[in-house]
Amino acid sequence: MKRPTAPPGALKVDVLVAGGGNAAMCAAITAARNGASVLVVEKAPKAWRGGNTRHTRNMRVAHDEGNGILTGPYPFEEFWDDLQRVTKGNTNEELATLTLERSKELWDFLWAQGVRFQPSLGGTLSLGRTNAFFLGGGRSMLNALYRTAEDLGIDIRYDTELIDIDVEDGFFTGATIRDGDGTHRVEARGFVAASGGFEADLDWLADAWGPPAKNFLVRGTPYNTGSVLRLLIDKGFDQIGDPQQCHCVAIDGRAPKFDGGIVTRLDCVPFGIVLNAEGERFYDEGEDFWPKRYAIWGRLVAAQPDQVGHVLIDSKSINLFMPSVYPPERADTLEELCQKIGIDPTKVAETVATFNAACRGSHFDHTVHDDCHTEGLTPPKTHWARPIDTPPFYAYSLRPGITFTYLGIRVDREGHMLFADGAVSPNMFAAGEIMAGNILGEGYLAGIGMTIGSVFGRIAGQGVSTYVRN
Amino acid sequence: MSATDAFASPNLAEVDRQMNFCNACRYCEGLCAVFPAMELRRVFTPGELDYLSNLCHNCGACFYDCQYAPPHEIAINVPVAMAELREESYARYAWPRALAPVFARNGVWLTVGAALFVALFIGGFMAWKDPQVLFGVHVGEGAFYKIMPHYGMVGLFGAAFLYAIVASVMSLVTFWRAAGPIEGLSAISVARAMHDAATLRYLDGGGMGCMHESERPSDRRRLYHHFTFYGFLLCFAATGAGTLYHYAGVEAPYPYWHPVVILGVLGGIGLIVGPLGLLATRRERDPAITSANADGSARDMGTAFIIMLVATSATGLLLLVLRATPLMGITLALHLGVVFALFVSLPYSKFVHGIYRFAALVRHAHEQRVAHGAPAAAPAPAAERRAA
Repeated sequence: MKRPTAPPGALKVDVLVAGGGNAAMCAAITAARNGASVLVVEKAPKAWRGGNTRHTRNMRVAHDEGNGILTGPYPFEEFWDDLQRVTKGNTNEELATLTLERSKELWDFLWAQGVRFQPSLGGTLSLGRTNAFFLGGGRSMLNALYRTAEDLGIDIRYDTELIDIDVEDGFFTGATIRDGDGTHRVEARGFVAASGGFEADLDWLADAWGPPAKNFLVRGTPYNTGSVLRLLIDKGFDQIGDPQQCHCVAIDGRAPKFDGGIVTRLDCVPFGIVLNAEGERFYDEGEDFWPKRYAIWGRLVAAQPDQVGHVLIDSKSINLFMPSVYPPERADTLEELCQKIGIDPTKVAETVATFNAACRGSHFDHTVHDDCHTEGLTPPKTHWARPIDTPPFYAYSLRPGITFTYLGIRVDREGHMLFADGAVSPNMFAAGEIMAGNILGEGYLAGIGMTIGSVFGRIAGQGVSTYVRN
Repeated sequence: MSATDAFASPNLAEVDRQMNFCNACRYCEGLCAVFPAMELRRVFTPGELDYLSNLCHNCGACFYDCQYAPPHEIAINVPVAMAELREESYARYAWPRALAPVFARNGVWLTVGAALFVALFIGGFMAWKDPQVLFGVHVGEGAFYKIMPHYGMVGLFGAAFLYAIVASVMSLVTFWRAAGPIEGLSAISVARAMHDAATLRYLDGGGMGCMHESERPSDRRRLYHHFTFYGFLLCFAATGAGTLYHYAGVEAPYPYWHPVVILGVLGGIGLIVGPLGLLATRRERDPAITSANADGSARDMGTAFIIMLVATSATGLLLLVLRATPLMGITLALHLGVVFALFVSLPYSKFVHGIYRFAALVRHAHEQRVAHGAPAAAPAPAAERRAA
């Protein structure tokens, strides 16, 4: 292929990678190891590099036997069944099979890039067999990938945003990037989009959710605004996944607007009652154990006035769950507590009295589905229902927290992006959250986002570097 | 639960705040002993926070691995918060309490002490002995004791050393009690702690290495700490061996090939290379993980202690070189003055970190055994293993 002559001042490189998380770095490293010169443009400053990989801690990998850290085998078939279950079959079978098969290679691949692993963290024993935990968490994993990338001579630019790409007859021919000094032209012969979803763009979310989306908290990076995703859709690439869908959980209402991550979780809901801003209950707090319900509570709270929920707990239950990092409001009477959290005390007194009168059962046990439930109450509380009657009383607030979005770009098994008319771009690839919707049509399986990122990062890196060498 | 008001110092309150976030995250569990110890607790007493701060080796890995490190608004910086609490804790457990302020201006006190004792030794020799003796050339067995009689040295240094031991033990007891009683401490836990201290197991980021300059791991702090620690032990062994030889009738100075000299020279070299290397790593350290106290000023007890160690070994080696010259007397006074100052300042210098850290390692080994029925989890060896 004839190389176009770069205009003065243009950056010339074989491969341009947009993004700086797990998928981007796996793609960049793989391409560099295959002989390509690589430029990585990361919109975030160095301290915030890596997108949502910062907040991850493990990766789900298929393996036929345990290895001392992974406590036992997790065969392809079991991984497949788990994926089918959570996505309800809403997955591209060819790509899902490829992802799960190649997840077997990830431990050794990441190890070779300097990533280290540890046994599953305290309180996550259920994942010890299926998920490889990064020693020091996702940011440590990222640091290892960046060290390797630097050692390979990859040009990494922080605070640098991809603002346009040139596509001619389905071919990528170059791009425009912007940093603190202004805009620059990049002449590259291959492109990898690995720049995440749009969950940090509240305006875009408002298109799907309406104005309440403005009150959502974003659990991850503020840099995932989906600008590259939008660019690709505007260039005619085929979108996949429901734009209305996002992974949304109920978290502590006092969490930071962005980047609150794991510490904003709140485990108290099954131990009390949850009121909306008008002092009314709106869903069964005791339907199931919290880890099985926190994802639906994101949507439930999102549907309430002002997108807020107030969890009321009395002193019987305050020590039964992991304490939150933000202390609860506390008062000796319900009336005083209501004044502190700003909801109508008269209405709350009525709601609590009705709830208390409906409580039945005497064998409270928060470790099983016990017999403490309500009778004749709508909505009911089916387990762990005990009257709220023992001061002091405590209140936590809940808000919807967005983890990621499902909307992405369609790809083939080589990682090429597809146009809406079905044509394949020979030198434009995608990896990570921006194409995860091909495999994860709905639902979620802990650690699979990282699996998709690493598998398709490697596939895209291999594909793009092979293309530019020919 | 936030209990900021309940803590006597901002450093305690800050470590408490950070540990409450860390306990909800736990991603750093595999890096060192601090996080597994934290996980055994939901709330932290001041004594337990002091314990955790002394369990921290200031390795830096958790800062670079932390998703909440500054500029994040939650601002988790465990190495700095622990370092500041740790240095505060030294004063808290000082014996006698009246000497606690020595830690605040440690550099000044150590310098004044060293200068004072050097002057006293020179002045003492001058007053006691004819200057001709002081500046004479003495060789052969017992040459040093022509300057200062052996019983004088033993009495003076024995007393100083005994004082250091008593003060250190009293401090240790207070420190140990503050973190709460434990039952059934076994020899296995002590042996585990000795192993962890001797290998600096937790100055390793859990197998990835620890950081001091940047997110790139470096093992230099560990290496130079080994030089320092084993250099110190060799010097100690040389002193002990010298005492035994003396009472066996072989008096110093000893020839170069003598075990006492060999131990002392090796130890002295360790005690020069190690502390100077540590000093260099302090200079290279990323300001983001450097405590405000480690600024080379009078409150910087780490630098003060390093300089004392270098002065001790340098004057000792100088004495070895100059022992057959007229400068022997004055060099001896210099060395003895520095060593004396080192001895009496041990309980009030950075030296105490060794005592408290070892005690913390013992407690850690014990409570992990009780909690998990086994020695503390061993992330480092496990992380070496690979998938089949």
